[in-house]
Amino acid sequence: MNHGGTSRRDFLKKCVTGAAVLRAAGKMPLLAATEQVGATGKSRVVFARDAMLRGNGAAVDSGRVLSLLDRAMQSLFNADHLKVDHPAEPWKKLVRPGDTVGLKINTLGGRGLSTNVQLVEAICERLQEAGIRAHDIIIWDRETDEMDHVGFHTSTADNRVQCIGTDRVGYEDDLATYGKVGSRLSKILTQRTNVMINLPILKDHEGAGVTIAMKNMYGVIHNPNKCHPNGCDPYVADLNMLPAIKTKMRLTICDATTACYEGGPGFKPQYAWQENGVIVSQDPVALDYTGWQIIERKRAEKKLKTLEAAGRPPCYISTAADAQHRLGTNDPRRIEVVEVSA
Amino acid sequence: MSRKSRSRIIVNLPAASATEGRSSVLEHGRTLLSPRIDRRGFLKCALASGAALSICELAQSLVAIPSAGDPQKQDESQFTVEAKFFEKLENKKIKCKLCPRECTVGDKERGYCGVRENHGGTYYSLVHSRVCAAHIDPIEKKPLFHYLPGTLAFSLATAGCNVNCKFCQNWDISQVRPEQVPAQYAPPNLVADLAKQNGCPTIAYTYSEPVVFSEYVMDAADAGHQAGIRSVVVSNGYIQQEALKAAYGKMDAVKIDLKAFFESYYKDVVAGELKPVLETLVTLRKMGKWTEIVYLVVPALNDSDAEFRGLAHWVKTNLGSDVPLHFTQFHPEYLLKNLPITPVPTLERAKAIADAEGLHYVYIGNVPGHPAENTYCPKCRRIVVERVGMMAKQMLIRKGSCPFCGQQIPGVWHA
Repeated sequence: MNHGGTSRRDFLKKCVTGAAVLRAAGKMPLLAATEQVGATGKSRVVFARDAMLRGNGAAVDSGRVLSLLDRAMQSLFNADHLKVDHPAEPWKKLVRPGDTVGLKINTLGGRGLSTNVQLVEAICERLQEAGIRAHDIIIWDRETDEMDHVGFHTSTADNRVQCIGTDRVGYEDDLATYGKVGSRLSKILTQRTNVMINLPILKDHEGAGVTIAMKNMYGVIHNPNKCHPNGCDPYVADLNMLPAIKTKMRLTICDATTACYEGGPGFKPQYAWQENGVIVSQDPVALDYTGWQIIERKRAEKKLKTLEAAGRPPCYISTAADAQHRLGTNDPRRIEVVEVSA
Repeated sequence: MSRKSRSRIIVNLPAASATEGRSSVLEHGRTLLSPRIDRRGFLKCALASGAALSICELAQSLVAIPSAGDPQKQDESQFTVEAKFFEKLENKKIKCKLCPRECTVGDKERGYCGVRENHGGTYYSLVHSRVCAAHIDPIEKKPLFHYLPGTLAFSLATAGCNVNCKFCQNWDISQVRPEQVPAQYAPPNLVADLAKQNGCPTIAYTYSEPVVFSEYVMDAADAGHQAGIRSVVVSNGYIQQEALKAAYGKMDAVKIDLKAFFESYYKDVVAGELKPVLETLVTLRKMGKWTEIVYLVVPALNDSDAEFRGLAHWVKTNLGSDVPLHFTQFHPEYLLKNLPITPVPTLERAKAIADAEGLHYVYIGNVPGHPAENTYCPKCRRIVVERVGMMAKQMLIRKGSCPFCGQQIPGVWHA
């Protein structure tokens, strides 16, 4: 990788050396999505920001993004029953040695608006400190070329983090179906990983309203083009109900280092802003709802119509929370937004 | 044939539309059907058209098509041509004007069909000359029953479709992106040459949805016509009028899949709309294109008397009583695996209703050996074209008329 001043060699070195910090597997049970509700009875969403994330330059600083990630994760898991005394501790609530962890990034927006390489490096580092072997971490998206274009270069070598697109691995022959969705799933999801960490972008979407956590799963299926009618509703919710997605999803870390409030999902510099943050939650619905509100605030600041007034409210978020789906909550009274600043 | 094995061979043998879809074995005769074939001749022809021989021969022909190799290694540029039907919008967006869906597509994105992509504010087809399925079929398999019976159609498809029928039998090519299936580069002139070499008087654009590869359809039809080869299209008819006139104006015959006669079905089962399809049929009629209609009868979803009656009445009123209407049998596929095969009595009920409404040529399809596969003279009621399965067994029509009573039988009967 060479994005933002980190060379591919540096990145791979980190991935390998990180494995040296292996520790014994935690004995506490893992926190699955169903355990996402904290002690307050609410879904916790952590919004961590660092105004100096880029230092004096344009690129995200690797050290600061790691620190930002640590603070976000510590805050997310800082419930009464958890003690967090090491940056890797929260990760041990999510994964255990032997897991194969897929990091589903989003590279559709090209160089300007894709999951940040430094952030992914930081996640890989902490995962390895939590006992995951480098080779058991797979950074993936739909297209290898798109990944390569933004700095995630193909890697399948032993002892290194894998980095590969579904186009090189393929889709399942059989359809997975739920509601209006009938799709072939990426074999990276179904065959190569047992844990998924979702790494979307905070983005406006001209059809769906916003595309954040749940909609990033469109990069998991062979036919995303068939799931865009009606503002992607109920397709997004139905897709996230597929067992292979629902059961493997442990965490969403939304990259809000650079976000987009209009003209998405493609990158249009005039509509992008540097939020310099990450949004973390185990409740994808609560995260999407929170991200939506952040985008609305930015739109208001820019004197743009609300997404509803613009004719594209992200209705799929409420569908995902309805009685048929129950993927999380979109009720602000049941969402605990924790803001963390550097 | 499994998807996996199909991906490694040069000739694909996909199921086609509902009517085309059940056989994975080539069944065509090597010689064009003469006006009259006796039983011995028919059996000889059928045997000679056995799978091995046919596949080998077709494979040899298609070996000439340079393979595009594995999906991820395909050279995209050779398949990419600027689309013909779109409008440019602000911010490098485009609005597709090919089908009534009118997708608004941002830069680097694709439309609903998955085979057209916006590159910097210009829309491109990604499937020109990108053949993922090729096959020599009897023309009856389209089905076209009143168009050169007993002849062969050089049939091909690219990936993609602009609807998403829950019963699609070819979803593995129609509901995928072009880079997800193996394909071969088959430019229009090569298609025309191969059709000629294989004794096919017709090129058929079929299996997936030709609307989405309209540019290729138009160019291949032109190449075919220059070589004396005709073109037919098997389509859902979900296309805008301008594109219809431009693309299907080059066709010599058209088969339209009319999926149902209620908008709700189109919305829920097809992911499309009925009204534009009906408009397509009317326009084709006005254009003088030989058109046949297939109605796939799906148990419990579109099999009511009211639908059959409404459909038949509409056809007679708007297209005339001579338009062939095929009621075909549904088989559980894709997203509708929980429904049974259409009972034959249901198909017979549909035919009886359409007959009673005054349609002259109502057929039952996907039921090999059923007497409603034959063409009967509407005046003397005698068989004028006898069919078994997808094969024309006897073609008795002379100069477009019944040999027994002289009644004119509409269609394109002779090359």
